[in-house]
Amino acid sequence: MSMKYRQFLPTRREAFVAGRWLLVLVGALAFTHLVLLLSGTSPSAAYRLVLFDAFSSPSKRADMVMLASPLLLCSAGLTLTFAIGLYNLGIEGQVAIGAVAAMIPLRLLPDVPPLLLWGLAFSAGALGGAGWGLVIALLRLYGRVSEIFAGLGMNFLATGVALYLVLGPWKRPGIASMSGTERLPNAIWLPTLEGLRVAPAAPVLALLALALVWFALARTHWGLSVRAVGANPAASRRLGVPSSRRLVETLAVCGALAGIAGTLQVLAVFHALIPNISSGIGLMGLLVVLLAQANPAWVLPVVLLFATFTIGSVGLPLQLQIDSSISGVLQGALVLGALVAQGVRKGGRRSE
Amino acid sequence: MKHLSVRWIACILLMLGTALVAACAPDAEDAAPSPTSGEYVFGMLLVGPSNDHGWSQAHYEGAKYAESKIPGTRFIYIDKVNPSDRPNVTVEQLVDDLVAQGAKFIITNSDDFKDGTREAAKLHPDVIFLHISGDDVLTGKAPPNLGNLMGRMVYGKMIAGCAAALTSETGHISYLGPLVNDETRRLVNAAYLGARYCAENLRDAPFAGGMQFEVVWIGFWFHIPGITLDPTQVANDFINSGSDVVLSGIDTTEALVEAQKATDAGRNVYAIPYDYEGACSQGPGVCLGVPYFNWGPAYERHLREARTSTWKQAWEWLEPGWNDLNNRDTSPVGFAFGPALSEANRAKLNTFIQGLADGTINLFVGPLNFQDGTVYLAEGQQATDRQIWYMPQLLEGIEGQSAAN
Repeated sequence: MSMKYRQFLPTRREAFVAGRWLLVLVGALAFTHLVLLLSGTSPSAAYRLVLFDAFSSPSKRADMVMLASPLLLCSAGLTLTFAIGLYNLGIEGQVAIGAVAAMIPLRLLPDVPPLLLWGLAFSAGALGGAGWGLVIALLRLYGRVSEIFAGLGMNFLATGVALYLVLGPWKRPGIASMSGTERLPNAIWLPTLEGLRVAPAAPVLALLALALVWFALARTHWGLSVRAVGANPAASRRLGVPSSRRLVETLAVCGALAGIAGTLQVLAVFHALIPNISSGIGLMGLLVVLLAQANPAWVLPVVLLFATFTIGSVGLPLQLQIDSSISGVLQGALVLGALVAQGVRKGGRRSE
Repeated sequence: MKHLSVRWIACILLMLGTALVAACAPDAEDAAPSPTSGEYVFGMLLVGPSNDHGWSQAHYEGAKYAESKIPGTRFIYIDKVNPSDRPNVTVEQLVDDLVAQGAKFIITNSDDFKDGTREAAKLHPDVIFLHISGDDVLTGKAPPNLGNLMGRMVYGKMIAGCAAALTSETGHISYLGPLVNDETRRLVNAAYLGARYCAENLRDAPFAGGMQFEVVWIGFWFHIPGITLDPTQVANDFINSGSDVVLSGIDTTEALVEAQKATDAGRNVYAIPYDYEGACSQGPGVCLGVPYFNWGPAYERHLREARTSTWKQAWEWLEPGWNDLNNRDTSPVGFAFGPALSEANRAKLNTFIQGLADGTINLFVGPLNFQDGTVYLAEGQQATDRQIWYMPQLLEGIEGQSAAN
């Protein structure tokens, strides 16, 4: 074979990486397969739904996009915090508080022209999420509280705030209902395509956020310093990288992106504030980033994969009388498989 | 590196083997049955589990009844439609799924589905929607393919209140409330009025210290850990504070279960569950009876009309079948006597029911005041349907909150 073509063939290392991923995929599918068999369900029917149902109709595709958009925003933000070596488990709370903050202009200024109102809502949502992220950063820097525990605590607080508002000051006239506040007037919903529940602004925003994160991490000096802190905090500090500052900045930006995701949940998905407004999207974002190993290039495909599984599994209880959570099993198995594969690789290196 | 690659190969073989074994296993059923020609599919969204011994099960069995009465119909459903069991899934999405499976007629069974049902009805103008307990037709918000249906449970609750007042020794009656809204205030008030009437008119001896009627709202129709109060704990608080009859207004049977436990432990505590005819089975020894919904006949009628294109939009609030309260084919609201109701009290309760049936007993008549002292009904004034349906406060004499705080 001439050298000319040789460069297009995978190197041994690349082949190894590809093989690892294939193995992870096969392993996760096999595990889910077992779970399905144990529950007495036909695996092929379940897989047909989980893998393909999200593409079966325009409205399913629309739902998939509307799930992928906030998920992509969260994942983009988490890519930053992972790059600097933080486990931002507070992402759920940042989504929720972003949604709450977005509700403030929506409730106070319903007569402002929609375009301006949406701008205000997104700004408020981003600010709210960023503020929630900042608290975690400050707790870590000055209170020496791990961002994991600070984040979990802040999640409880955010859920509490949302619940209090839904059942208290923002309740429907005379009714306190778990189904949330009164729906926003149709005029201020983020505009959708005719007859579908997809608001084109949502994926545009999300893709923009991902591009920005990719650019910042891969192409700027700032991104380089973030990655340096993530790779070796002590060394980078000795070299003069302002690591505390980067830590605050990444948590704030991640919070802001999560807050925008929360705003989308309010403006484009539920059209109201509901107690469970984040709906686990932030946690799913953590899984995405674990699987993508904080590589921005992998975030979009993984997000699409997870959104496909999740929307596809909505039909499981109706068509196969099994619970939708099987998509969670598949997602979890994928992530676990990836982590194990990574661990095995690292362990192997050390033993060499 | 050498033993590492052996490990990898072993892993691959194991996983491929598993997948192979799994793939070769026979499939139970490959495709979901698709609607055959002439078949009429109707769907339902249930807020709770289809076997909750309460609200959702009553609907589920009503739909099964209608399916069995009309050949050529097929019933499909999704249960546990609520934000904690199915996060990030909306009513609109699930309605799409039902329609994709061929549903031409869709019933949604929770007040919480009001907005979602309305939006879904706008998106599917060819499908008929029946929203239970809603008022969109009354308020004019409903698109033409959306109707509302409810049974007049106020009578069931009056009977339940009466049974409680006849049986109680301590005079302390408690009500395990769900969330606070017009419907739940309406039902608490009805139970209170029934209890008060029977305490004053049908008891052999009045309560020594007067009657105490207390309500605690848990925050939703059933227990959601961390979000609602725990109904088990609330029921126990009632019992420990001296209440000997607990009425349930929630979808599930905690009140009955806890009353049974207290009675097993040597106390005399009774309970009255709600919604589902078979609910007493969870604690027969302490069950005074259950006011329940019997959705079957109304569903059958709506389905027949929908199939023959004679269905018309309406806001329906159905009277109990007074001729025979517990007739499964005619009465939308019933009261099943429980094993723990004494023979003497059963006779008195029948007197009360007879009075409600022939109109000699009418409890929504003034003078009645709200909890804050304002007048609900003036002397001799009789409440209109709207005055009963839209109930802004609890009545004077009831302990508990009129609104969520």
